[in-house]
Amino acid sequence: MCTVCGCSEGEVKIEGHHHQHEDGHHHHAHDGHAHTHEHSHGHSHTHSLGHGNGHDHNHEHSHVHAEGHNIHFGKGPAHAHVPGLSQSRMIQIEQDILGKNDQYAARNRAAFARDSVLALNLVSSPGSGKTTLLTETIKALDEQFPMAVIEGDQQTANDADRIRETGVPAIQINTGKGCHLDAHMVGHAMENFDNLSGGVLFIENVGNLVCPSAFDLGEAAKVAILSVTEGEDKPLKYPDMFHAAKLMLLNKTDLLPHLDFDLDKCIDYARQVNPDIEIIQISARSGEGMETWLSWLNAHRSKHIRQRLEKLEAEAASLRDLL
Amino acid sequence: MHEMSIAEGILQVLEDQAASQQYEKVKAVWLEIGPLANIDANALTFCFDVVMKGSLAEGAKLTIISLPGVAYCLQCSETVSITQRYDSCSHCGSYQLQVTQGDEMRIKELEVA
Repeated sequence: MCTVCGCSEGEVKIEGHHHQHEDGHHHHAHDGHAHTHEHSHGHSHTHSLGHGNGHDHNHEHSHVHAEGHNIHFGKGPAHAHVPGLSQSRMIQIEQDILGKNDQYAARNRAAFARDSVLALNLVSSPGSGKTTLLTETIKALDEQFPMAVIEGDQQTANDADRIRETGVPAIQINTGKGCHLDAHMVGHAMENFDNLSGGVLFIENVGNLVCPSAFDLGEAAKVAILSVTEGEDKPLKYPDMFHAAKLMLLNKTDLLPHLDFDLDKCIDYARQVNPDIEIIQISARSGEGMETWLSWLNAHRSKHIRQRLEKLEAEAASLRDLL
Repeated sequence: MHEMSIAEGILQVLEDQAASQQYEKVKAVWLEIGPLANIDANALTFCFDVVMKGSLAEGAKLTIISLPGVAYCLQCSETVSITQRYDSCSHCGSYQLQVTQGDEMRIKELEVA
């Protein structure tokens, strides 16, 4: 996390700390914020955070908080108390563990924005009917705009084959031992598609309600699909996913008469985890709710294009001002 | 499985930092993990040891600092502590909570040589 403004996007480096945000909401370069603690190895150290155990505490402490100046990092063996032992140092790096993934995701997001592609990350348990819903959606949209599908599964290309039968390009990613797609995989998969400008990219994530919630792929929104055969308390059982989703598609509603599924309760649970979540009841088989889903898609696609247009117009205007 | 990727993410950061921070060995790692980060500390500790084998951080000691979950209630404007995503405001019972702390998943500090 950036220690100046608290934003988590920045990559905090200690030496010659240079910190920039691509989205331009602020720029700051600060050379301060270096905390190096030198201490000879073989001695324990006690930190304010409470790790370590109370022996002698000897560190050469250089805290430098100077804006735009060089920092003195105490280096070298000068303060090693035990001869022959190399010196260790403490460095505070404050890095998000998934920082690398977030960087790739930001790159994907920028590419999607540039090409006005609405990218949706479809997440669900295995067997919720994602692929059928996708093929029906693609058929219903009938080539109104470019579409492509990235299929994530542990093994087999079955799902991508099913999509390709509809005539829409699909790339299968087999994660092998992995339980989720990451932004790097998606970036590479994108290289296989021709121009998708103004279109929609569906990313069908690995069927898993836990792990994919933590990995940003650069998508505009996560869409969680929950089928009514699964049990109404899934949003509570897997809160992170439903919290991260913008839209929940309650699928297979044609089966409701045969089940004990409590629809209202399910919706309550979902709103409990995510008060802003949008919910559409749908049946890929009977076509119920399909229209609502398609208009949601279209609305978001248009919004995405409009945002790009506004940005380009603003850029054009600022260029015109330069003349 | 998920913790495995997290451990690999940690190793990636350690390797990336090795050049700029000029170290060859990582002896200890301190992580800050919030209760909403979806990470099981035991599983992560196990995966950490496995993933670090043969790397610059082989045998490194892992300490996980758990941070409390904090949220701001949009209904009553109180700041309350939470442990789950679906907790309600302890003041007014509303679910309109904005999480302000608790989803962290950060490498805080390293001991290197």
